[in-house]
Amino acid sequence: MSAGTDKIAVTVTNVVPVNELVTRFRFARTDGGLMPTFSGGAHTVVEMKDGATMRLNPYSLMSDPADRTAYTISVRRDDQGRGGSLFMHRNVKPGLEMVISNPVNLFPLDLRAKKHLMIAGGIGITPFIAQIKQLAASNGNFELHYSVRTASLASYADELSTAHPTRVHIYHDDKKQVIDLENLLDGQPLGTHLYVCGPKGMIKWVRGTAEGLGWPREAVHDEEFLAPPSGKPFEVKLAVSNKVIQVGEHQSLLEAIEAAGVDAPYLCRGGACGQCETDVIGYDGKFLHNDHWLTEEQHASGKKIMPCVSRFEGKTLVLDR
Amino acid sequence: MTINFRDETFRDDFTFRNSPEAIKRFPFPFHEDSYMYSVNMEPHKSYRPGSVYERTFDVDEHYVSEMKDRAKVLAEDPLRCQSLPHMTLAGWDLLELIMVSKAEEYPDLFELHRDGNKWHWINKPLGIDQKFVFLDEATLPYGPMEYITRQTQGDFAVLDQRDDNLWMDAGMVTTQADWSLDFDIGMNFFEWHAPVPKAHEMGIFVRALKFLLNVRQGAPARRLNWTMTVNPLLDTSPENYHKWGVMKQDLTMENMGEKMHLRVELQTFFRLPRSNALVFPIRCYLIKLGELVTEPKWGRRLHRVLRDLPEELATYKGFISNRPKIVEWLSKYDDGKPTSPGIWPD
Ligand code: HEM
Ligand code: FES
Repeated sequence: MSAGTDKIAVTVTNVVPVNELVTRFRFARTDGGLMPTFSGGAHTVVEMKDGATMRLNPYSLMSDPADRTAYTISVRRDDQGRGGSLFMHRNVKPGLEMVISNPVNLFPLDLRAKKHLMIAGGIGITPFIAQIKQLAASNGNFELHYSVRTASLASYADELSTAHPTRVHIYHDDKKQVIDLENLLDGQPLGTHLYVCGPKGMIKWVRGTAEGLGWPREAVHDEEFLAPPSGKPFEVKLAVSNKVIQVGEHQSLLEAIEAAGVDAPYLCRGGACGQCETDVIGYDGKFLHNDHWLTEEQHASGKKIMPCVSRFEGKTLVLDR
Repeated sequence: MTINFRDETFRDDFTFRNSPEAIKRFPFPFHEDSYMYSVNMEPHKSYRPGSVYERTFDVDEHYVSEMKDRAKVLAEDPLRCQSLPHMTLAGWDLLELIMVSKAEEYPDLFELHRDGNKWHWINKPLGIDQKFVFLDEATLPYGPMEYITRQTQGDFAVLDQRDDNLWMDAGMVTTQADWSLDFDIGMNFFEWHAPVPKAHEMGIFVRALKFLLNVRQGAPARRLNWTMTVNPLLDTSPENYHKWGVMKQDLTMENMGEKMHLRVELQTFFRLPRSNALVFPIRCYLIKLGELVTEPKWGRRLHRVLRDLPEELATYKGFISNRPKIVEWLSKYDDGKPTSPGIWPD
């Protein structure tokens, strides 16, 4: 949760199948304007109107950060997932108007690094593509080790190898090629930063190996992809104003209170400032606290909630508002 | 809109003052009759046309003279502006943010013409006409951060974000309330805030940092801070304490309205796009007590706030020894009537 989001209205301008599992999407602003610049490693949150449900999924931006004409993302089809990637693959066609968030970077380059050592697995390649474009434009020193299942599923491996033949190394699982991580980490110059993006197991393996070799924690970075907290709709009674309101799936409690015409205090809308702290009069159910303001004891007490970021699941919730 | 830029000084003969219009738009920081530290951040959205909250970077009648004062401070002490090598990209981000917003929001004062990376910047109040190549340092007379902050009111701390913390790795600091960039450079959020009383125990800094780490592109935030300053000094730095510290002793009941100033900092927070750094502009607004009491609500309220301010805060803010005099002077403007909520004049 954060200090506010500005959204961008976009039109899908291109949909390109990259291989059996991965499809690339290009978004340009619907009003014809320029996209905000971003930093390599950033993602955008794509809003998908899937029938009556609204899905919000984060995807790494893979276009050149300096290119403001459009953003591109690549989506791997996940047949078991919550449905977002299936929606993208099945329903998103050129010309569709969508809403995406401003870029947010939870996986930035450490610009102090003398060298950037990148380890990618599968679709985890996408943030590195943008970072490599950014670094290549400023003569940055990088090296990519990219592990793929088979040559036919190796998204963008050919393009990367052609553009940077000495810096890019590809490993094929089906040919039993494995990154020789210990040796690789051992031979790095002082001031190297290590980045990993891929399946959970790979992140664990790289972090563990680096730690075992004495790499400082601050020199190892991974992409911790926090999907936006899924929120089931819930009902709330506002005791003071005597109203019963519904909080939608992708609406905050604070927004729902405001939508009902009830004045509620707020400052940050990000769970930090404490302004929106609200007393709970009664409840039967479970709180989903997402704020940084209340203490753990207060969270456990069932007496307070921060409506800008926190939610509720259960039968009844009555607030002093 | 036209601004009559004042020709005035913030040193020696101290000719600084506010026009009646500037007094009306002063960012009075107290929304009630008492004050304590709090996590007082809100979205930096434009509101109240004419107020200091209307524009991304407020330009006012003191602009030209403030920039002259900055140039003097830098000539005497170049270490007021520093940027560690990895912060150059953030400097370009800042230059872009300021040029783009000023050109959009003050089209009669500033122009920016862009053709790819070939940029042309015109700053009419300062008489600057500069063609340069964006992201090419060799085409500007200073580094990008120094170049643009020599043309923008307020101090600037540029923070690198890494390891879930913010690091003061670059800045332009010439109008500060007694802290030093040269001392703080390279420190993290908790280290540079170490001298502040009470706020650590109140958990303010832990919460504030979490909020700042999440500030997003396109969704800037702001807060106010304040202190009291004798004489309209922009540069109240530790480096020059020997020059301005002694001035605190010159205060009398007779010169209070002219010499004593409320100093308010409008602090904003912006995520920078290419570098993922955070920039923290700290814009200083000064008002003489004599000017302030022309708004009866402000006079009443400031009297009550200063009278009841906890001792630690008055000590930290550096006016504990003058507090009795200030409060006595202000008491003449407090008739005991209730004050209306909010910061705006009645
Ligand atoms: C990243 C942005 C920030 C920077 C660069 C910054 C910097 C500073 C510095 C240099 C000082 C002076 C410390 C000294 O005495 O040496 C200070 C004071 C202080 N800061 Fe921050 N700060 C930031 C954000 C915040 C935020 C978000 C809060 C929120 C509550 C905050 C609260 C305070 C307080 C309460 C003081 C004491 C001020 C006084 O009483 O005059 N700061 N800050
Ligand atoms: S509005 Fe700041 S904590 Fe909810």
